[in-house]
Amino acid sequence: MPQRGVIAILCDVVNYETVIGLEVHSQLLTKSKMYCACSADYASALPNTHVCPVCMGMPGVLPTINQRAIEFTLMTALALNCSIPEHAKFDRKNYPYPDLMKGYQISQYDAPVGVKGYLVIDVEGKKKKIGITRLHLEEDVAKLVHRNTPEGETYSLVDINRAGMPLMEIVSEPDMSSPEEARLYLVKLRAILQYLGVSTGNMEEGSFRCDANISIRPVGTTEYLSKVEVKNMNSFRAVYRALEYEAQRQRDALASGERIVQETRGWVDDKGVTVSQRSKEYAHDYRYFPEPDLPPMAFSREMVQKIEAELPDLPEKIYDDLIAEYNLPPYDAEVLTQSKHYVAYFTTSIGLKSSMSTSDRQKRAKTISNWLLGEFTRLLNAKNVKIEEAKDKVTPENLSGLIDLVDKGTLSGPLSKTVFEEMFNSGKPAGIIVEEKGLVQISDTSEISNISDKVIAENEKAVTDYRAGKEQSLTFIIGQVMKASKGKANPAVVRQIILDKLGGK
Amino acid sequence: MQELHKLTIHESHKLLKEKKVSSVELTEAILKHLNKVDAKVRACMTVTGENAMAAAKAADKAISKGKIEPLTGVPALIKDNMCIKGVRTTCSSKMLENFIPPYDATVIEKLKAVNTVIVGKTNMDEFAMGSSTENSAYFATHNPWNLDCVPGGSSGGSAAAVAIDEAIYALGSDTGGSIRQPAGFCGVVGMKPTYGRVSRFGLVAFASSLDQIGPITKDVTDCALVLNVIAGHDKRDSTTAALDVPDYTKALKPDIKGFRVGVPGEYFVEGMQPEVRQALEAAIKKLEELGAVIDWNVSLPHTKYALAIYYILAPSEASANLARYDGVKYGYSYREAGTMWEAMEKTKQYGFGPEVKRRIMLGTYALSAGYYDAYYVKAQKVRTLIKQEFEEAFKKYDALVTPTSPTVAFKIGEKTDDPVQMYLSDVCTLPINIAGVPAVSIPAGMVNGLPVGMQIIGKHFSEETLLRLAYAYEQATPWHTKKPAA
Repeated sequence: MPQRGVIAILCDVVNYETVIGLEVHSQLLTKSKMYCACSADYASALPNTHVCPVCMGMPGVLPTINQRAIEFTLMTALALNCSIPEHAKFDRKNYPYPDLMKGYQISQYDAPVGVKGYLVIDVEGKKKKIGITRLHLEEDVAKLVHRNTPEGETYSLVDINRAGMPLMEIVSEPDMSSPEEARLYLVKLRAILQYLGVSTGNMEEGSFRCDANISIRPVGTTEYLSKVEVKNMNSFRAVYRALEYEAQRQRDALASGERIVQETRGWVDDKGVTVSQRSKEYAHDYRYFPEPDLPPMAFSREMVQKIEAELPDLPEKIYDDLIAEYNLPPYDAEVLTQSKHYVAYFTTSIGLKSSMSTSDRQKRAKTISNWLLGEFTRLLNAKNVKIEEAKDKVTPENLSGLIDLVDKGTLSGPLSKTVFEEMFNSGKPAGIIVEEKGLVQISDTSEISNISDKVIAENEKAVTDYRAGKEQSLTFIIGQVMKASKGKANPAVVRQIILDKLGGK
Repeated sequence: MQELHKLTIHESHKLLKEKKVSSVELTEAILKHLNKVDAKVRACMTVTGENAMAAAKAADKAISKGKIEPLTGVPALIKDNMCIKGVRTTCSSKMLENFIPPYDATVIEKLKAVNTVIVGKTNMDEFAMGSSTENSAYFATHNPWNLDCVPGGSSGGSAAAVAIDEAIYALGSDTGGSIRQPAGFCGVVGMKPTYGRVSRFGLVAFASSLDQIGPITKDVTDCALVLNVIAGHDKRDSTTAALDVPDYTKALKPDIKGFRVGVPGEYFVEGMQPEVRQALEAAIKKLEELGAVIDWNVSLPHTKYALAIYYILAPSEASANLARYDGVKYGYSYREAGTMWEAMEKTKQYGFGPEVKRRIMLGTYALSAGYYDAYYVKAQKVRTLIKQEFEEAFKKYDALVTPTSPTVAFKIGEKTDDPVQMYLSDVCTLPINIAGVPAVSIPAGMVNGLPVGMQIIGKHFSEETLLRLAYAYEQATPWHTKKPAA
């Protein structure tokens, strides 16, 4: 009888699937703000220095549309396979808050710039289409800085520099079924925005923001259960962690018989949890209505076709090109195309070798890719530098020079990493560093033979072990020779000499 | 000694050009007269005498160099909802008691560019919401023809000031009749140009899709002269039309032979003062005498919905336009609050007057979830019908003629307790803003010692037609020469 009970319980266990939709807000790289002529380049400016009566919402002022922002949004909509309606309009979204200068945000409600598009992500080698519901333009709000007086009273300061910055909102369909898919979507979307040159895509600096809607439902059902909106995620990793946490929290809640409340939850990064922010009972009624200060926009088919024709190459195409032209492994092509800057660096580097034969070029392409995805990325991450900044020091010419030195045998593999780091730090070409530090590879057999004799004499145990059949000991001995030569010995020559001396195979 | 303050723009201009009078003399005369009469009329909110004298000197200097335009050196008053850099702009609200804009409205820039002399700002209904200038948070303005009566509103200060010669001309703003109705009540000329003809940049918004700035002048010629300067496309106002501005004075011809004029019955409303009706009928007969072809039986059946939809659309837009006054950035700010939300709420509670709050509530309600379709969307549909009705009418007529208001000026305090009665005083002017077409009110009779206004309405951008009809009528009648006792 107890066995039957267990089976009954097992039958009650429901498998849930996760349903995720994302809302991305991206600032646009226009020169001026969305509705006024203030410079949009306020990143390093003092508070309240990039402001005017229009973006401060003073009495009597009127907005005017930044046409470049419209173009950028149309470009993005087209790159995301959206259809472009004949007409779009702006609406007022009303809500009171001290960071909202006019008491309403000029946004778009029911006639956005783009609708019904998609982007494709690569999930474990399989292509998956993620629907794009809509894409519209609005304005950013001011920044509030919360402070305490020495007496412990709280107060807030308003920095209006950010108010009125063009903000493009991209809403996806609830088509993602795991945090990993959400991450892939964001990576792809950001890459597209960067290729278009419409956004920096920088999440940490807040120019690329993401809110998520997540719910779970029994596998095989199509209804949506109570969805939770998750905010405050300031990095791709945070999005991934927050969604992992939230998917599990919802499963646990249902398993323990609780109801999932439709609400907004904030991600607390240092604690690794989401916490309830406000329930939908307090949801705003935004009282949208058409913005009377801005006439509706008409998008002629000619204009849309012209913009579409002038779109730059997008990651999809570049991915295919990298594989077709350079025979790069799909992994390399995928990672390289995630960043426009990586691709640009790669393309410039390989472009220096246009006279090479096809097979040599393909070999060189893989070597460049290895450097970019390996040592270069490691150093960029370690020093928190962007490739756009580092490329002035390790120029594609300098990296090419380094690879040439290795190819010629002047520089050993291990030493080349030392030289690269020095290039990264000083900006000097590889040849100069090799000369200055005397790092030329030793391929002279007599010199290596002398060092090897010394090492063999000092490491009797390892020699004995090797002769007893322990292969790792050979690696150890070679390593000791490399170390004694300060990394300068040619590893292939060392290996051959040691094998000769130990009477190996 | 000639009484300089009584001059029109074109008369002043002639004297200034012939150097028979200087702008300084003219401005001094205006300020002197203003100081004498404004204690009773109370048309002015702020008088900027020093600025005016400096501007007059600058105008004289320009004139001495031969740089003279029709408005150069001519003293003017501006309704207190148009921003003048460095000059307090209150909108007659406590909310903006000490607000000093750091920018000029486009119309002010244009006036300054021709060296007009701005002598101050005029009283109005708070945020232009009202029909009597009694809704000013500071004081009521009196009608110069009878100080017990209202001057109309919301541009009551500007209309009263021009009627009693406190300025040679003034600017007003008109959202539902706020230039024409007070012009009618005060016996002066007031035009609401086509929506999009004059830039709204720097005009403190009440209802953005209805607001329009226009001239308030002593005669039709002056109206054309002011419109010449303030009209035109402005890249800072996306709703302005990219059309050339004609020389409106070229329309000022006494001959209106063959002009087709319609008289829509719906504007002769129930409750209309019989004497006003008689005055209007006489005025229309005068137009007929002058050669116009009158059709007395025009019908614009959707007119009856105009008032209702106006009080949905205008408050809806106002509820958003007035949201910025939260005490955070400028203007009145309640400082005793314990929390941010309390501070924002109390700022609005104490900063706005009752009529403003009423309209914010009306608009907020009309836009709310669940009511939006029934009120705002429906009202927009009716707005389209009203527009189409006017378009159809203007296929048959060059202009329509109606009373400006069903009555002459009413007594101060008479309608303050009954908002709907107050709203009805704009029943003839509201539909024009809803359609966006232009209209002018000109003096067309006297009833019980108070002026009667005639409204002439035309199709979009037909200001020339309106001015021509108005000018012909004016030249053939004595009404514009009548003056209230100083």
